[in-house]
Amino acid sequence: MSNINWEDYRATGFYDELIAADGKPRPEAERLCQYLANLDARELQEHKTAAEVAIQLMGITFTVYTEGSMIDRAWPFDIVPRIIPLQEWQKTEAGLKQRVQALNMFIDDLYHDQKIIRDGIFPKELLEHSVNFRPQCVGIKTPHNVWAHICGSDLVRDQDGTLYVLEDNLRVPSGVSYMLENRNVTKRVMPELFASGQIQPVDDYTSQLYDMLASMSPRPGDDPSIVILTPGIYNSAYYEHAYLAQQMGVQLVEGSDLVVGEDDCVYMRMVDGLARVDVIYRRVDDMFLDPEVFNPASTLGCRGLMRAWRKGNVALANAPGAGVADDKVVYAFVPKIIKYYLDQEPLLPNVPSYLCMFEEDRNYVLDNLDKLVVKPANESGGYGMMIGPHVSKKERKKFAALIKADPRNYMAQPTLALSTSPTTIGGEMEPRHVDLRPFILSGSSTYVTTGGLTRVALTKGSLVVNSSQGGGSKDTWIVDAVGN
Amino acid sequence: MLSRVAENIYWLARYIERTEDTARLLSVNSNLLLDLPRATQLGWSEIIAITGHGERFDELYPNRDEASVLSFICGDLRYAGSIISSLAAARENLRTTRDVIPREIWEEINQLYLSVRDQVESGITPRKRDAFLNRVIRSCQTVNGLIEGSLSYTQVRTFLMLGRQLERADMTTRIIDVRSANLLPRSPEDLTPFENLQWMSVLKSLTGYQMYRQHVRLRIRGPDVLRYLLQDRFFPRAVGTCLERFANALMTLPRNETALNEVETCRQHLADADIPTLAKEPARLHAFVDEIQLDFEELHDALVQAYFAGPAEKVQSQSQT
Repeated sequence: MSNINWEDYRATGFYDELIAADGKPRPEAERLCQYLANLDARELQEHKTAAEVAIQLMGITFTVYTEGSMIDRAWPFDIVPRIIPLQEWQKTEAGLKQRVQALNMFIDDLYHDQKIIRDGIFPKELLEHSVNFRPQCVGIKTPHNVWAHICGSDLVRDQDGTLYVLEDNLRVPSGVSYMLENRNVTKRVMPELFASGQIQPVDDYTSQLYDMLASMSPRPGDDPSIVILTPGIYNSAYYEHAYLAQQMGVQLVEGSDLVVGEDDCVYMRMVDGLARVDVIYRRVDDMFLDPEVFNPASTLGCRGLMRAWRKGNVALANAPGAGVADDKVVYAFVPKIIKYYLDQEPLLPNVPSYLCMFEEDRNYVLDNLDKLVVKPANESGGYGMMIGPHVSKKERKKFAALIKADPRNYMAQPTLALSTSPTTIGGEMEPRHVDLRPFILSGSSTYVTTGGLTRVALTKGSLVVNSSQGGGSKDTWIVDAVGN
Repeated sequence: MLSRVAENIYWLARYIERTEDTARLLSVNSNLLLDLPRATQLGWSEIIAITGHGERFDELYPNRDEASVLSFICGDLRYAGSIISSLAAARENLRTTRDVIPREIWEEINQLYLSVRDQVESGITPRKRDAFLNRVIRSCQTVNGLIEGSLSYTQVRTFLMLGRQLERADMTTRIIDVRSANLLPRSPEDLTPFENLQWMSVLKSLTGYQMYRQHVRLRIRGPDVLRYLLQDRFFPRAVGTCLERFANALMTLPRNETALNEVETCRQHLADADIPTLAKEPARLHAFVDEIQLDFEELHDALVQAYFAGPAEKVQSQSQT
């Protein structure tokens, strides 16, 4: 096998993140593409092996379930980074801040005065049918009036190069540890490329997260007691929970470690006795947080936690009930939400969305199932969705029935021609579809990760990027090509 | 430190120590067998008796031959005390304590687990047995070295120390028990040379032969070896040493009164032991070992009460009022 020749690389019909339509590397990707072109097949393989060894040594894993048992798999990683020019990223960052600010105002409004409903912008029946609206949270005052302190928004790029927001994950978004680890692996494998200083660093995230969590503490002081609440080792993101705890130097607790005292404060069981907890970064879903209020059979949470939270004795990130805006139907209203609360035009576009609850939209969806992606409103991880052009007639018929039976639970979007990025498949470079998940922290100020986690569908032609379904990931570089 | 994490770390240390000591137990038995005349009744069955899981073994295997015993003790996940089960448990505990334990320790245990699993699948023949057992012992020693060299002197280390010392003391008494499990005829005059051989073997399995020679400077004699292994305060695998180091670790923790009392009780039992008689009469030695092992259980329960379950129960009764 010979060296990589970018002239031979063709991402026909799609926008490619590194290679322009004329077959030449984009300006911000020139240095990388040249570096890769200078590698012969053996050297490229050496790079791949080095990355695999690093991942194994660093113990970067994710957990999958197969036939009822749990397996730790090595994190799937492609060595070729995905690059976004700094100037474009700055605009995207501003758009994400605007979006998350509006979403937080929306959630806070829903749990207080519901002005947006009274003003006729957001339909009341949508809220009434929302599975993620928590009546138990009405009237609660959260720190900085923020509900979704940690948000992971998924971005995709269409054929014409426009970046769209595909969804906002406001409950317990995961993946940020992999963003950080991908950079560590890439630095080990291709240290030469970092010498120029053009690649913006990403490792500020954990200290930003710590500061944000600390700012939420109900007890003023320099040393708040912060914990991460994990469902335990059987959770697919357990690696991330442990990683973040380690990086921030905070306790990683399980529900059984916590107890709410008679004073309605939260304590953890320590060898030295009980210790007060101020802030909980919970990675447990709402419904399992407190058996007293939610699912009574849950052992993952802590009895009385909601009581302590309502009294303001403990801060929870994200706030219970924040998921009300993490709903693919609410998603369709985000442009209006931004306009309503901020009186601004959205800086980042939404993907056009059809809500099956509205008759006109529903009829359009049912007539065009072969062109659309149909998604249930409240599933994550790519489960329960249908990619119209890729499935059989029978499957489409099944979805038509599902939509008719429960229209509110479905929405549809046109299939985007997701952008591609060069990916090593065997010894060759081939285009594979990618998305991007940046993370947004909201406290007294807002912070956006530099880039985010790029996920890649490793199967040719596939659009499914989830690691639970055969997706991989790449390091994401924000590169200042102009400044050079 | 969180009580749950403390408990996991304590058990982690116990599982690692159990892995090593189980390998040592098999090793002493193999060496004994090679040196003893065929007339003696010693066999692999005694090993099963020592585990206390004879019934379980007989359910799973038709007879107590070498291959079956090795398979049961090294590689049978159906027996919770096997080497593979101990390693699997250590590995699970490491997953939940990943944030406090140095990563190299996880890597070492993970590699050992995978290699033991592979070895077990391909079968442990007598020819491969020594190499296998040595690999296990070496790897556990590496982990102890990593703990020594890379883990800060915090409560994490304290609980590792508590787990390790208690398990080690327990396993030393079990290895002594090999001697008592009716190895030899009741009239010891018959086989005196072999008796010494056995004690030497016990010492060697605990890597205590050299230390014993330096320290005791006598020919190998049953009562001396037994006194050394039970009461010595300098040899790392002697029960006396283990208890002393256990007590030292305990001293750094709060609310340690009950547990320290239990240590004292156990030390008193050791000090009161009639060593010459025990060395002569296997049945009495066996009974004595049983008694000491009960002390260890009391000690364990004291830890559970004070540090693992203790605070939890207190709060629950509070919140129920």
